[in-house]
Amino acid sequence: MISRFRSLIIPGVDKKLLVKDAAKLMPDLSRRRFIASGASLGALTLLTGCDVSDSLSADKMLAQISKFNDAVQAAIFNPNALAPTYSEKDIKRPFPFNGFYSEDEAPEIDGNDWKLEVSGLVQNKKSWTLAELHKLPEVSQITRHICVEGWSAIGSWQGTPLRDFLTLVGADTKAKYVWFRCAEDYTSPLDMPTALHPQTQMTFKFDNKILPRAYGFPMKIRVPTKLGFKNPKYVVSMEVTNDYKGGYWEDMGYNSFSGS
Amino acid sequence: MSSISFSAEKATAAPTRVIQPAWVRIVHWINAVAMVLMIMSGWQIYNASPLFNFTFSPMITLGGWLGGGIMWHLAAMWLLVANGLVYLVTGLATGRFRRKLLPITATGVIDDTRAALTGKLSHDDLTKYNNVQKLLYAGIIVVGILIVLSGLSIWKPVQFQYLTALFGGYDFARYVHFAMMALIVAFLVVHVALALLVPKSLRAMIIGR
Repeated sequence: MISRFRSLIIPGVDKKLLVKDAAKLMPDLSRRRFIASGASLGALTLLTGCDVSDSLSADKMLAQISKFNDAVQAAIFNPNALAPTYSEKDIKRPFPFNGFYSEDEAPEIDGNDWKLEVSGLVQNKKSWTLAELHKLPEVSQITRHICVEGWSAIGSWQGTPLRDFLTLVGADTKAKYVWFRCAEDYTSPLDMPTALHPQTQMTFKFDNKILPRAYGFPMKIRVPTKLGFKNPKYVVSMEVTNDYKGGYWEDMGYNSFSGS
Repeated sequence: MSSISFSAEKATAAPTRVIQPAWVRIVHWINAVAMVLMIMSGWQIYNASPLFNFTFSPMITLGGWLGGGIMWHLAAMWLLVANGLVYLVTGLATGRFRRKLLPITATGVIDDTRAALTGKLSHDDLTKYNNVQKLLYAGIIVVGILIVLSGLSIWKPVQFQYLTALFGGYDFARYVHFAMMALIVAFLVVHVALALLVPKSLRAMIIGR
């Protein structure tokens, strides 16, 4: 199942099929060159006739610049700048489902069995049941979810501020990341300054109702200062760590900070 | 023998006046590369969530997939912006913008457009822009500034939220960004076509005279 997910690099589009389709449209000679050069450089490779090794060094350069962009974004991140908030009437209904799988393939979790595992640089490593988490103080936000694809939708989320929970479990807030793992093995690292942002939320409700399966039951992390893929759903564990452990999309090449 | 006569001929025929100074030529060609990278990777990003009822063919996009397109776009932006700033600062400081692009008058634009369409517009002196050229070159600078600012407002709608609001909010800023791209592409088509029609202008942008 997971390996099938991994082959779907573009949501809804199979990369191999796409390349095959595109290649069919080309004359023979360029088709061979296109396939040999890989799709990562697309038309540029085709125009210049560079070979695979060139495309590898370009990929390396792009990865370096992406890391540089992480540092730039961390520098301009203002921990006190709040994401704009909206009113009830702005909420997108129905709010779009989004994932690297279809809605009926989304994890189905029994809230009675589920526990949130807390590990790493924290004083209290106890696991939390959903009932315990629901007792935490609730805050609400109506903010804009912005997808890496470009579209956006305004939603309403309720839960407890992540920074309060981190204080509660005695997390080392000097650590670099909070690393989330999800039921379907989705992972994503969150830099500590963003984890401590007042609007970053452990979310249990959407639109004042218990999170439906589509939006990440039993818990999602709502981060209105990041792109959507940095808002993990179906979270099963959080680890406070100084190590960069990568993430599902981050490892494929999405910019890791992806702040908005 | 032939080489001597060739260089002698060249010395008398070639204009001695520099039409495009070195800094303009360098900045122009860096911009050309950065612009093509930005447009092709931008089309790749557009395809992930199209604003209109069409997508760009994978043949003319850069990056191979959304993540690759974003990597190229957010890498080439540094080249585009750094080079653009050098252009703006030098253009203002040396007085080139004032000298070359001003004044632009409505009657001048109308007269020169009419002359161009009837084939009577002269290109004898490449150091002087006609009113249509002035309008297009000044206009494309404004478009260049707007595409960078609307791009920033899409990239950082929380950190630069006042800028995003200035562009009518996140969703509208995407349309502004797209419209500015369309204007640049339209400019490019005309610009390249005219450069090919008047080859000495292309030569001036390469060797300066």
